[in-house]
Amino acid sequence: MITYIIRRLFAAVGLLLIVSIITFSIFFVVPRIAGGTPETLATRYVGRAATAETVHLTAERLGFYDPMHVQYANWAKGIVLGAEYDYGAGVEKCPAPCLGYSFLTKQPVWPDLLDRAPVTFSLAIGASILWLFAGVSTGVLSALRRGTVFDRGAMGVALAGVSLPIFFTGLVSLAFFSYTLGWTAPGGQFIPFTENPAQWAYSMTLPWITLSFLFSAQYARLTRAGMLETMHEDYIRTARAKGLRERTVVIQHGLRAALTPILTIFGLDVGLLLGGAVLTEKTFSLNGLGKYAVDGIVSQDMPKIMGVTLLAAFFIVIANLIVDLMYAVVDPRVRTQ
Amino acid sequence: MTTTAIPQAGDPAVRPGIEGFLQVKDLRVHFPTDDGVVKSVDGLSFNLERGETLGIVGESGSGKSVTSLSIMGLHAPGTANISGQVTLNGDNLIGASSEHIRRLRGKDMAMIFQDPLSAMHPYYTVGHQIIEAYRVHNNVSKKVARKHAIDMLDRVGIPQPDARVDEYPHQFSGGMRQRAMIAMALSCDPELLIADEPTTALDVTVQAQILDLIRDLQQEFNSAVIIITHDLGVVAELADDILVMYAGRAVEYATAHEIFTAPQHPYTWGLLGSMPRLDRERTERLRPIPGAPPSLINVPSGCPFHPRCAYARLTDGASETLRPEFTEISSRHFLACHLTVQDRQRVWENDIRPSL
Repeated sequence: MITYIIRRLFAAVGLLLIVSIITFSIFFVVPRIAGGTPETLATRYVGRAATAETVHLTAERLGFYDPMHVQYANWAKGIVLGAEYDYGAGVEKCPAPCLGYSFLTKQPVWPDLLDRAPVTFSLAIGASILWLFAGVSTGVLSALRRGTVFDRGAMGVALAGVSLPIFFTGLVSLAFFSYTLGWTAPGGQFIPFTENPAQWAYSMTLPWITLSFLFSAQYARLTRAGMLETMHEDYIRTARAKGLRERTVVIQHGLRAALTPILTIFGLDVGLLLGGAVLTEKTFSLNGLGKYAVDGIVSQDMPKIMGVTLLAAFFIVIANLIVDLMYAVVDPRVRTQ
Repeated sequence: MTTTAIPQAGDPAVRPGIEGFLQVKDLRVHFPTDDGVVKSVDGLSFNLERGETLGIVGESGSGKSVTSLSIMGLHAPGTANISGQVTLNGDNLIGASSEHIRRLRGKDMAMIFQDPLSAMHPYYTVGHQIIEAYRVHNNVSKKVARKHAIDMLDRVGIPQPDARVDEYPHQFSGGMRQRAMIAMALSCDPELLIADEPTTALDVTVQAQILDLIRDLQQEFNSAVIIITHDLGVVAELADDILVMYAGRAVEYATAHEIFTAPQHPYTWGLLGSMPRLDRERTERLRPIPGAPPSLINVPSGCPFHPRCAYARLTDGASETLRPEFTEISSRHFLACHLTVQDRQRVWENDIRPSL
């Protein structure tokens, strides 16, 4: 078991290393191959009005003339140990984890990410709890009442949920629940949990419901399929032959087994969302990581995009790790292998 | 020995006043499907007393397992049309509420399945699964139940039961798993134990051990046992009486000794002929029964075995049109066959016995 954890930890670190290399390559190596020069990159920091001399000097100070692997090493070192940046206006300290400076604001990216993270986290965690319960319970009931009106109705709604994009359901529900009925908060509001938990929940209610509707639909379908399969397993027949109550058979024997693959997907989905729920944040005008990345893309602010990409990758790797460890907890057969 | 086959209601063999421990009377299990009604069991009757072992033998699809699942009430509601009578200790099981059957399951009647690996839940320890079976019918603490589970594992011959109780099914070998299954089935001291192909999924070397175990435990617990198998070798070891099923019906019923020494039905002859024997001289090859088991949707008219029966022509066409009655041809020997006594004796003595 211990070796299993250690092995998974090493794999996770290795994966992050690979992701960082790929990210770096996409943003620094590929533009160079496509004809970019150290000067074009430096221009982004000093602006188009700067003289060629300034640009050249900045490129040199920022190390853009170094070979690519040295640049990567410096960049990676900055993430772990912090770095010092000098793009003409004096040396600035960028403490670890240094993900670089925004071209536009000349501010380090990391504090920005820390600023935005609570919004995305609130969204992801609230919605995921909601969809896990809603999706799984709907799926179980559907499987047990297979072919009934409930099953057909639930699966019809689920199909709609899977098919409808969030910017559609989000905008429609905003218009209806917030602006017409006034039940939920209008878009663009976020009150931190630490400030006022009730207000926090109120401000997030509609984004949670909308986002979880999309995921609940998938989870309901997955759970239903999983339950239909496990309820035909031999060990379910054994559980019934022992005289267990049907509820025990369904939940402790059926759902327990059907839940394992769902847990895997759940971990990955949450990991993915923590790196930014782009469409949801955009729809509800929430200043989260997803919106930060979109802003970065729009203004071609590469350090911002890289920062979010790397953070998102980090969350996915961590989620993967947790899922792997959970697997060992849930499935005893994994433990002894 | 008081085990008696009761063919059909109204048959002279049904002796009023004799109430068996387990009585199956004219059991019919039909599954409506899109292609037609599958008549998996179509008019089956037998009796079983405590301390007795009945072997039910037949090919795949002859209705053996469906019979046992009907007794246990394990068919999914709405999938099967079950009629007839199954009484356990005078308690009618067909048509009883599912809650009533559930309370009997595991406590009064228990079942062992074919493949112990898939029949045990992979995520729970062996101990947990036995404890669960015990506690659902006995109001005891977890500690007491655990002690009981260890005792049961010990009784079925699992070494170091107090350590192995916390292991998972996949950590057990096939034979040990089946032992654990048996411990689980016997944990509430059931009066009826149904073993559905208990050794089919096991190593040959382990099969005999499991059969010995079932026999020993049966004597210890004095329970009634039904062994369902396609392997006559298994029931030869264990059964007092043998019921041979074909296409959802009983074709022959007799004591195990009689089935092996004086079988009367051509299908039973076929089963015996297709059984490998190491204790005899090696003949050229086994003689399988020609053809395949019939469709249970369109069961052949008359005697369902007639398309595969080598002696059907001796019946002057009766086997193709008339369903043979299941009658007592001698004491405790029932048969459903159109062949005359003389024909059967002649064929058995001249053709079958010498070649077995």
